[in-house]
Amino acid sequence: MKKQIIDFRIIDRKMLAGDRYALLKLVVADGSQLPEGIRAGQFAQVDAGCKGVMLRRPISINKIDYATGELWLLVRDAGRGTHAITRLSEGDMLNMVLPLGNTFSYPAAGSKVLLVGGGVGVAPMLQLGIELKAMGTDPVFLLGARSQTDLLELDEFSRTGKVHVTTEDGSMGVRGFVTDHPAMNERYDMVYCCGPAPMMKSVARSARKSGSACEVSLENMMACGLGACLCCVEKTVKGNVCVCTEGPVFNIDQLTWN
Amino acid sequence: MELNLSVDLGRGLKLKNPVMTASGTFGYGEEFADFINLDKLGGYIVKGTTLNPREGNDYPRMAETPSGMLNAVGLQNKGVDYFIREIYPRIQRFDSAMVVNVSGASPDDYAEVCRRLAPLDGVAAVEVNISCPNVKQGGMAFGTTCEGAAAVTRAVRAAFPRHVIVKLSPNVTSVTDIALAAEAEGADSVSLINTLMGMAIDVERRRPCLSTITGGLSGPAVRPVAVRMVWQVAKAVKIPVIGLGGITCGRDALEFIMAGATAIEIGTANFIDPAVTVKAVEEITDYCHRHGISDIAELRGII
Repeated sequence: MKKQIIDFRIIDRKMLAGDRYALLKLVVADGSQLPEGIRAGQFAQVDAGCKGVMLRRPISINKIDYATGELWLLVRDAGRGTHAITRLSEGDMLNMVLPLGNTFSYPAAGSKVLLVGGGVGVAPMLQLGIELKAMGTDPVFLLGARSQTDLLELDEFSRTGKVHVTTEDGSMGVRGFVTDHPAMNERYDMVYCCGPAPMMKSVARSARKSGSACEVSLENMMACGLGACLCCVEKTVKGNVCVCTEGPVFNIDQLTWN
Repeated sequence: MELNLSVDLGRGLKLKNPVMTASGTFGYGEEFADFINLDKLGGYIVKGTTLNPREGNDYPRMAETPSGMLNAVGLQNKGVDYFIREIYPRIQRFDSAMVVNVSGASPDDYAEVCRRLAPLDGVAAVEVNISCPNVKQGGMAFGTTCEGAAAVTRAVRAAFPRHVIVKLSPNVTSVTDIALAAEAEGADSVSLINTLMGMAIDVERRRPCLSTITGGLSGPAVRPVAVRMVWQVAKAVKIPVIGLGGITCGRDALEFIMAGATAIEIGTANFIDPAVTVKAVEEITDYCHRHGISDIAELRGII
């Protein structure tokens, strides 16, 4: 799939969870079609376009709708670059390099799958759920957050599949971490996970215990996103590999996590 | 008006224009083939290659800093034999001068890598990295003394029959002395600057930003230092100088050319705009047309 540098225009921006996240809906600025074949798990290198930020920021694809030509990004305000991106307005342009990285793997139709997302890590799970559903697999989501107000895009997830929730303060769903939810004890054909590293490691351990296959999406710091700078490496059974090209999605069997 | 952008660096290294890519920022070229036509580049310098495979340093290896970035990759690569077997056949197709950046822990290491590259006609030149700040053995150790630079250049000169570029470190008291030492041992050209040694601290975590604590600074932040050093070296040596350090566009490239560089390399800017190299060629072309220049040589070393 050809990687491209494209100007997008923001047609809608919603702040979520007390201004710490923005949901951006974008279309190609010149009105042309979205690049074909963008899939769940892939990401874009986004030019924050602000003073003092030089490198692009990798942001995963939250949703892509070829019928409407919309691409959604869910962005956490995590520093100067992402702060600037969350503060853009409708009509603003956003330059992106995409599509980058690999995709989640797709199980046979009718497989039993669990899609686990924590914090802004829920972002790729929405598009993955949409794709799985279209392929005849019912997605079951397990979404974790600190508190009810931190849960992102619950309406979108509910529209796509069954949703389990955990909150650390118990304000919604099961109290605790995602791994405290009983759904985590079942065996799945595949557990997909994206979130903070400690959460993914803990989900990976749970998946191993229940005999489930497991794929995680990593977000190591990167400069180029193209496999050229060799900065975003993750230790794997094959040695150091670039998360931007060999990932961001890895089967946990490829990683050296214990 | 007919414009001649081609440059001749000597011993067979002729470029259709002065724009090349800096080692370690452009992979093997093919990573950028979706964005640009590589045939439009003067040359491309592939990732630092060593005798044996190297895993490089631990993560994190990168930190963004004001108008620049620190890196501590540590020469991760699969070794020269892998390059010859797997990569070289794939990237030969580009109609642009291929240069292989070479590194080692001893002069013999450098020489052996060059000996293995010598039979590959598609490798127009080697760029000898005596300036990597991110490896414990070799690297910058050779580039910070005249004796070290001379020893590596001598070894490579004997092992490689085509053009030899020696890449210099800015982390020295007198870069011209090192350049002269390389020239005396038969370097066909020198390229500068490699990264400036730097360091950044995450004060919230009270930890260094890089796993190696220190790393190499690149990007626009280093450009004035690089232009100054290119100007000094170009005045001191007779061989061509290749300028690099924070070039992001044609204008930046022209600074180096006016300071005395025959060719230039674009590095960190590839990370931000994967099409920057071809744009720089277009911008240099535009500049020459606007200023009535018919040969890029008219601008070289005018300061």
